[in-house]
Amino acid sequence: MAINRRNFLKVAGAAGGILLAGGARSGRTAQTPQTPQTAGGSVEFYGILIDTTKCIGCRACEEACNAKWSLPKPKVSFSSESVFEKKRETTPEAYLVVNRFPNAKSPDKPIFVRKQCMHCTEPSCASACLCKAMEKMPEGPTVYHKDRCMGCRYCMISCPFDIPKFQYDSASPFVKKCIGCPDRVAKGEQTACAEACPTGATLFGKRRDLIEEAKKRIYENPDRYYPHIYGEHEVGGTGYMYLSAVPFEKIDFRTDLGTKHYPELTSGFLSSVPLVDILWPAVLFGFNYLISDKEEEGGKENDHGE
Amino acid sequence: MESNVNPMPVPGQPEAPDTGTLKGFLQFLWQELKPRGKVLTPFNIITAIIILGGIIIIAIRLAKGLGAVTNLSQTYPWGIWIGFDVVTGVAFAGGAYILTFAVHILKVKKYEPIVRATVLNGFLAYVFYSGALLLDLGRPWNVVNPIIGNAFGYGSVLFLVAWHFLLYTLCLFIEVSPAIAEWLKWVKARRIIQKVTTATIILGVTLSTLHQAGLGALFLTAPSKIHPLWYSSNIPVLFFISSMFAGFSMIIIESMFTHKIFSDRLDEHHRASHNKILLGLAKGSASVMAAYLFLKVIDLTHGHQLGLLLTPMGLWYLVEVAGFTLLPLVLYVVAIRRQSVRLVQWTALLTAIGVILNRLNISVIAFKWYEAVRYYPSWMEIWVTLAVISMELWVFQWVINRMPILGEHEDFKSEEKTLTNLNDGEVVRWKASAS
Repeated sequence: MAINRRNFLKVAGAAGGILLAGGARSGRTAQTPQTPQTAGGSVEFYGILIDTTKCIGCRACEEACNAKWSLPKPKVSFSSESVFEKKRETTPEAYLVVNRFPNAKSPDKPIFVRKQCMHCTEPSCASACLCKAMEKMPEGPTVYHKDRCMGCRYCMISCPFDIPKFQYDSASPFVKKCIGCPDRVAKGEQTACAEACPTGATLFGKRRDLIEEAKKRIYENPDRYYPHIYGEHEVGGTGYMYLSAVPFEKIDFRTDLGTKHYPELTSGFLSSVPLVDILWPAVLFGFNYLISDKEEEGGKENDHGE
Repeated sequence: MESNVNPMPVPGQPEAPDTGTLKGFLQFLWQELKPRGKVLTPFNIITAIIILGGIIIIAIRLAKGLGAVTNLSQTYPWGIWIGFDVVTGVAFAGGAYILTFAVHILKVKKYEPIVRATVLNGFLAYVFYSGALLLDLGRPWNVVNPIIGNAFGYGSVLFLVAWHFLLYTLCLFIEVSPAIAEWLKWVKARRIIQKVTTATIILGVTLSTLHQAGLGALFLTAPSKIHPLWYSSNIPVLFFISSMFAGFSMIIIESMFTHKIFSDRLDEHHRASHNKILLGLAKGSASVMAAYLFLKVIDLTHGHQLGLLLTPMGLWYLVEVAGFTLLPLVLYVVAIRRQSVRLVQWTALLTAIGVILNRLNISVIAFKWYEAVRYYPSWMEIWVTLAVISMELWVFQWVINRMPILGEHEDFKSEEKTLTNLNDGEVVRWKASAS
């Protein structure tokens, strides 16, 4: 029999080494599924409730956002209504845009809907980022660390709302999006857009309180609101939530995103990584060992016999 | 034989520089860097033009940003530089892990003659694809962040893919290095490498499993953007399984050209067993494809998506799955029963097209299929892709003309016999047709 002590130790040692190496690396990966960004409890996040029935399309929020982040001034002034002729998306120069939709309920009163980062409770972009350039702050904003970003744009692939935008025309590009005024929020102040809103359509507050407020509004005015808070459960909950008079698909929201936290989509795969990293080498070494043994018995040289 | 500028020096002959010393090593390297054989072949001229053009486009990309040369947009952040160069290219490089697994772990000696060429192909593919990946990154200088930076995104599939990609490329380098050591006549290094071969291969197979699957897992985060016929929680498994038959088909395609062009230079062993090798690979490919299709059918029925098959995207799905996976499977079975090597080779081509379709569908074509304005690659994106492939071919040609890749690798003496006679043009033709 070819198993002798020395050979056995050699194989056992090698397998052990691989196990340790695999374990060390995967130990880190294994934390992933439950790496909720700092404030895992989520209810005490700050957020915004956007009541589209109150929005008058004045674009004061857009202007405030533009000023707050010193973004380039748009060609069309903030007081012009011509921008509503076409549906707009956020851009690297405009983190917040207001769009106009026809109102089937009362045709003379169009619906205005602002669009910006939703600041998900468990953001897909942050879990997608391999260098933690996207990060969820304990206070709620999902921020962007530009010094870490390598520009792979996987956050753009992963974001269910298509919010991160990339500076394609720059040789040193960044990803741009609403980062939720983290400097203000950290001090307990409201975001620039909420501060600028003249009608209270944009309401800043603790997420839990905002949900209560939204429910109260729907309950007290059943005719005014479509009975759903967009963002309460979508993609596991978002920091910025919406109320509407009409079903949300009518104002261009995706209603097929489900209620699962997006990081959960990959957590199953990621938790299989340590298993494969540890079991595969062990099994393969076993195979290799068994087969070399057989060949030695038959008097043949094994694979190293070159 | 064309006049070689410097035939490979034979050990013991005085004019061979001693590669053990730094001076000798540099001298040897300089000598080897010079081109051999005819330089102005049609292939060389065409690829040189492509590479030059590619370099200009790359310069524009670096100076003015991605928007200047690509059709990428806010809606389509990933184009063919990711979808074809990386996602598809890596699948085809899967041949290396399958073959090293068969030969070194399972000890199936029959495939030994083609191991080195396959591993070299895999290694170069990884090096050049990661190069192509750097071009696609907006801030490539930050690429080291997840490796040595202080911001590890453990929760990211891409983090996992990046690490496994990097480590596997190192494994492939170690797997290629016996040929390099033999070329440099570094006997001691050769012996040391020998000792870690098995461990490296085992590590390589493990890393491949995870990063092939991981490339698929990247797309798990886009359930609302990928057409439901292609989106499945099984994407990682499907990617892993299909990388096996992508690898098999690529090896078949490659070795059919090896056989045709190098038949007089390949060793006896290789020639005699060539048909057996191809039929064996066909068998492997067919069984893996059967498993793959089984999973595909499960996905289709469990997702209640049969109705979608009659939509335009559904028909396109059938083209991929029935036309370029099921049909090749049937053809492989027929070829194996008839022992028809020719049919195996044609089927391998069909299979390869199927894999390309699958990868492009998931990453580009079925990605945001609902948008009114779709992404199409710009001519510059295609040009750069061709330039990357051309550069890889040049390196392959250079290596195969100097290092013992195709011949028996038993000892240092046989290598000159098999290799000094190679003529660049032939290598190039073979490799060109192989890709």
